[in-house]
Amino acid sequence: MTNLFNYIDRPSPIHRLTGATKLVCLLLWSFASMVTYDTRILIFMPVVSFALFSVSKIRLKDVSFMLWATVVFMVLNNVMVFVFSPQHGVSLYGSRTVLFTIAGPYVVTAEQLFYHLNLVLKYLAAIPMVLLFVCTTNPSEFAASLNRIGVSYKISYSVALALRYIPDIQREYHDISQSQQARGIEMSKKESLVKRLKSASAILIPLIMSSMDRIEVISNAMELRGFGKNKKRTWYMARPFAKTDIAAMAVCALLLVAVICDAIVMGSRFYNPFV
Amino acid sequence: MNKKFSVKTIVAIGIGAALFFVCGRFVVIPSPVPNTNISIQYGVLGFMAAVFGPIAGLLTGLIGHTLIDLSWGWGVWWSWVIASGVFGLLMGLACWKFPISDGIFGGKQVAQFNIAQVICHVICWGVVAPVLDILIYSEPIEKLFAQGLMSGVANAVTTAIVGTLLCVAYAAAKPKKGSLTKED
Repeated sequence: MTNLFNYIDRPSPIHRLTGATKLVCLLLWSFASMVTYDTRILIFMPVVSFALFSVSKIRLKDVSFMLWATVVFMVLNNVMVFVFSPQHGVSLYGSRTVLFTIAGPYVVTAEQLFYHLNLVLKYLAAIPMVLLFVCTTNPSEFAASLNRIGVSYKISYSVALALRYIPDIQREYHDISQSQQARGIEMSKKESLVKRLKSASAILIPLIMSSMDRIEVISNAMELRGFGKNKKRTWYMARPFAKTDIAAMAVCALLLVAVICDAIVMGSRFYNPFV
Repeated sequence: MNKKFSVKTIVAIGIGAALFFVCGRFVVIPSPVPNTNISIQYGVLGFMAAVFGPIAGLLTGLIGHTLIDLSWGWGVWWSWVIASGVFGLLMGLACWKFPISDGIFGGKQVAQFNIAQVICHVICWGVVAPVLDILIYSEPIEKLFAQGLMSGVANAVTTAIVGTLLCVAYAAAKPKKGSLTKED
């Protein structure tokens, strides 16, 4: 379970923040990184997030797999953008500075390269924070945090149930898949796509049936214990806010406000060095 | 307590999201377009929405997709997360009245289910996801629509096969309404 979401328990100031604080900060930070295309802010954000990595005592080695996934994703996405729209930067920044020509419409312009730089920075601004959140937040605390920031406790409980039952369902999927394969179901590349989808269904049907029974059993157990009777609910993993929590949230809120003000003052979300 | 949001719905959302996660994370068939996999989880989502309704569909999609993105570590792609949620919601609205739990899922329902899922996929991957991507990331439209088209077609095919089979199998396992008669 902890492996799947890569929660790493180490004593650090980031770990001591409550889950709710980290969730609020993550949301504010992600939103800020989505809004802005101001290169000056986008350079500042990855620097801060990598600094926070060292504060949280999470080593880059711990998240190397996830970072590689991110890098591959980022490179592919940039290639796709260039292949489909080599002049996107020109239309965004409203000027055209040709550097050199590859072939046909594939003319490399300074504006396009600048747009790609911004795109990469945007990933670097957003993604390390997500990794940091995943690595430093105990999954059991996650549901309590959701409830804390105002999500109804019933929905929070659904999230808690999902986290609780993912390993069980994963194990069951594995068991069913093995026994179906022993009966001759083919899932490898040798089969055609439609055939593989049908094989996947042959595994899924028993999985769904047992999950439906599970839903029945769990909801009966919860109903017997009076779940959903009261308007509120307390959480074993919930912790009160400390001063550092409030400070962390205030800093992230300020960042978001700064980003929005910046966009209003500039009159656009894009920082344009070409005019 | 609100009938529509019963304990059973809450549990169904949790288990549904866990199923969505397991299917999306471990049953992956790569597709030619980058960052886009052919995944069977939308078949599961369509089925869950048809059985438990629109609210369950919406939340199952949102929670399941967020958890998948968190576990990969490539950042939460909110535009696509929302599109998954919208798919669950629309499927729930379209198919909620189906008597699957009474053991009935015949030719008429199969046709309705598949027409509904194709329309929902077109709305989600052709409109919701690209429009949000343009707003949030201002990526070029051509690229987004190519990605959207690819995943929309792939998801529609998988939903048609996996979703329909699941509904038929689940309905067959349920006792038919009125199948018991009272002895005199």
